Amino acid sequence: MAPSFILKMAWHDSRTSRMRLLLFSLSITVGVAALVAIGSFRQSLSQSIDDQARTLVGADLIIESTRPFTTTEEGFLGSIGGAQAREVRLSTMAVFLGRGTRLVHLRALSGDFPFYGKMETEPAEAVQDLRQGGRAVPDETLLFQFGAAAGGNVSLGGRDFEIAGALRKVPGDASASASFAPRVYIALQDLPLDLLRPGSVAHYRAYVKFREGTDVAQKIAALTPQIRRLGLEFETVDKRKKDLGASVENLYRFLNLVGFISLLLGAVGIASAIQAHLQQKVRTGAILRCLGNSTSGIAFIYFIQASAISLAGALFGGLVGIGLQRIFPSILRTFLPLTIPNVIAWWPILTGVLIGSGICLLFAVPPLLRFRRVSPLLMLRSADTRVETQSLARDPLLFAAYALIAASITAFAIYRSQTWLQGLVFAVALGVAVAIFAGVARLLIVSLRRWFPLSWSFALRQGLANLYRPNNRTLLLIVSLGLGTFLLLTIHLTRDVVMTQFRSIGRNNQPNIFLFDIQSDQKDAVAALVGSLGFPVVQKAPIVTMRLSEIKGRKSSDILADPQRKIPEWELEREYRSTYREQIVETEKVTAGKWIGRVDYHSGDVVPISLDREIAKDLGVNVGDELVFDVQGIPIRTRIASLRSVDWERFQTNFFVVFPAGVLEAAPTFHVLVSRAKTPADSARLQNAIVSKFPNVSALDLAAVIQTVDSILSKVALVIRVMSLFTVAAGLIVLASAIWSGRYQRVEESVLLRTLGASRRQIWQILGAEYFLLGFLASLTGTALAVAASWALATFVFKLSYAPTFLPLLIATASTTTLTVLIGLLTSRGVSSQPPLEVLRAEVE
Amino acid sequence: MGPGATCSILGPSGSGKTTLLGLCAGLDLPTSGHVCLNGIALDEIGEDERARVRNQLVGFVFQSFQLIPTLTALENVTVPMELRGDRTAREQGLELLERVGLAERVSHLPTQLSGGEQQRVALARAFINKPLVLFADEPTGNLDAETSRSVIDIMLELNSGSGTTLVLVTHDPEVACLTEKTIRLRNGEMVQDGA
Repeated sequence: MAPSFILKMAWHDSRTSRMRLLLFSLSITVGVAALVAIGSFRQSLSQSIDDQARTLVGADLIIESTRPFTTTEEGFLGSIGGAQAREVRLSTMAVFLGRGTRLVHLRALSGDFPFYGKMETEPAEAVQDLRQGGRAVPDETLLFQFGAAAGGNVSLGGRDFEIAGALRKVPGDASASASFAPRVYIALQDLPLDLLRPGSVAHYRAYVKFREGTDVAQKIAALTPQIRRLGLEFETVDKRKKDLGASVENLYRFLNLVGFISLLLGAVGIASAIQAHLQQKVRTGAILRCLGNSTSGIAFIYFIQASAISLAGALFGGLVGIGLQRIFPSILRTFLPLTIPNVIAWWPILTGVLIGSGICLLFAVPPLLRFRRVSPLLMLRSADTRVETQSLARDPLLFAAYALIAASITAFAIYRSQTWLQGLVFAVALGVAVAIFAGVARLLIVSLRRWFPLSWSFALRQGLANLYRPNNRTLLLIVSLGLGTFLLLTIHLTRDVVMTQFRSIGRNNQPNIFLFDIQSDQKDAVAALVGSLGFPVVQKAPIVTMRLSEIKGRKSSDILADPQRKIPEWELEREYRSTYREQIVETEKVTAGKWIGRVDYHSGDVVPISLDREIAKDLGVNVGDELVFDVQGIPIRTRIASLRSVDWERFQTNFFVVFPAGVLEAAPTFHVLVSRAKTPADSARLQNAIVSKFPNVSALDLAAVIQTVDSILSKVALVIRVMSLFTVAAGLIVLASAIWSGRYQRVEESVLLRTLGASRRQIWQILGAEYFLLGFLASLTGTALAVAASWALATFVFKLSYAPTFLPLLIATASTTTLTVLIGLLTSRGVSSQPPLEVLRAEVE
Repeated sequence: MGPGATCSILGPSGSGKTTLLGLCAGLDLPTSGHVCLNGIALDEIGEDERARVRNQLVGFVFQSFQLIPTLTALENVTVPMELRGDRTAREQGLELLERVGLAERVSHLPTQLSGGEQQRVALARAFINKPLVLFADEPTGNLDAETSRSVIDIMLELNSGSGTTLVLVTHDPEVACLTEKTIRLRNGEMVQDGA
């Protein structure tokens, strides 16, 4: 067959169905749009990270310590040269007189930090005012919360400061970081010394800007061994860039894979639309065969049509994606320490369009291959024009096509997730999810069919019968709509479970206020004050900060440098806040070894300690193993005497490491006290009283923690929800396209029913019943699986008890069903208005 | 035409047979003139009312059977009664299928039936509402001679048994001879009207 004939035939043959074919092409629009938007976002973000790299840190190098720099360290810092700034960071209470108190992250600054980028304040000169002394610049949100403004007062560590302005942005800080504890900047010389008593948790920073012309990388490489030898921590632009790049890459992979699901749904939609299109072309195919055309030539005609719709849909998706790419920066704004410019990234658009149309074409191959079997004999028969289906085993080409589709999906997943394992897990998980959906959907349909309620009205029975009509797309629609419902609901339910658990922590007379940073000489006075105000002292604990320097004879730094290590970095680098006591408390239970409550310690002794069993598992240690802790410069050798299971869900002081009494009493210690306030007003009264008498003591109110967690979870949930909406939108477009592609069959039937006397209302009732059942079964499947998934997440990941609320389940089921009915009926408009006389005429198309 | 009368419409392709049938059955509207069926002016009522008239007074048989592919033989037969909400549809459907010789095929889908069987299902469907008039458009057009004869016999038997008026569009003069009256059409004009 001449190529020109194939092209001409493909064009001419589409004459009566071009609009319909274009509508089909919309199926992949959402998927391609998602890929393009996500790809563009990633490119803009990477570009921003490169462009704004130095402002991520605000300096060339940050050196940090948890204690004031020693003389040797100061000497070392002085030898580095360049411009330097100093900062002390600690948590304390901010008191807005008459308005309330709140735990804040205080930053006392000297020098010209930031060296790159600038602090954004309102008014702009507030930063300069700060350096004059006696002024504070709190976070804008903090001022908003207490109705304070520039010119007002805030008390920090017992000292009053004039508010110079509101802080909007600090180079390198994501605004979400301020939601845990709002930032307040003051000048270093104003830092109340009361806040820096021994044992207080403060971080001391030196910001360095090298001299012009210095090779930063070389200089840092030269300084690193010295910094490590001094036991200091450091941060560089490269390190921050790498960390941020890794987070961005993880986020990108996640979003991209969710976007890919929408694309796959669209591709399945296109394949099903092509199948419906070919169903109508069986006679044309048979005529062409009668006239001597080859099977491959005929398949090519429709392959060209499929290519055209795939490309049209993908191009349109690319356009929509360009419009949508601003969504991600605005949703993720609070998590990103950067501003993202609005640029069009061509590479993601090109790849999105190519991947989109390629995947669609691949999915269109199986129906095209089946079309080869159209027999010219059909022309001699008037009856059934359905193309017989053949088992995969009997059609190796069809088998190869399916294998190619599976391989392409896996290859894409591996390419996007960068690792074989992750890619394979995604592809297999997707296959399993679709299989579960398909299985549950089939089970529901088979059950309905089997226990068909004969008493149902004709419209409902007819609607149900339509779900398993020949060439139905019930399975596809239940999978696509159900998957969307499933994703949305799982996120909602999981967040709900976590938040319900959080909220229940403070109830039932459980403690809800933490007082910390209490000095040893203040602990009795604080407890007395709490008691005199009528609040209970639920728990008191001394805290000593330390670092893990050796595990079973191996230095932590050696383990950290080992590329084969299995221990998480944070467990080796973190500051352990440990306690000492004689008794075990009610939130813990000894699971191995023996609890030792007190020892008679002499310098150099090996101390028997108790370890949380989960962290012991991570560290790969057991009872009898030795650990060495660096307790503020003094090494203490310990042996694990017991392991404990700890109930971390309780809002109480829980510890990874508990020392026996008799060892740490002389170490710099601060204390915490746990209490309970019945109402927010009581809580405020207690905090005010404590802070006004003990300015260095900080209070943490559970309600504030819950609020913060909720707001962070909401923002994270929003990102996932937007992605799930892509899936739902793809599902709804596939629904519209599937209904449209089966329209000729509907029109035929509705004309026939009307000939037999059905009113328009009855036709709509039948259609309504069909879409209702479709939406209901899809949402029911999605909801059931979402309950199962959130139960599994709650039980196995979050280890929480699970009791879903029914309202979201009801809303999800009702809204998916309503949307399906609405879209179904909207797409079916005109089905009942074909004149019934058509049934006496030729085939209705 | 009176109750129980039979009439065939003959004519070459394009002469207007199907148009005339469509007009009489209320499937189409005249551009001029009036169509009355059982005293009801079909051109003066709305589409839904015409649908009700079709459901209550009219039965149809088509050349290409026009069965709903998703429904079994019995379900196809009972559709007109179901549309009226009649709960006795099943019993009557079974009885009619037995009368057309398909008692053993009630649960079969249209694709599992031969052409003759499908047309007999269509006949049973046409008679289930005990229509005043049965309109048949080339009912044997897709059938072989033997099957055609048995379908026509059943149709006439049902017609005489229930007193239904029969209007038959056909190409076949032999079939036309079996009706009391014959109308011949050519180029949209009636050229012969007689017994």
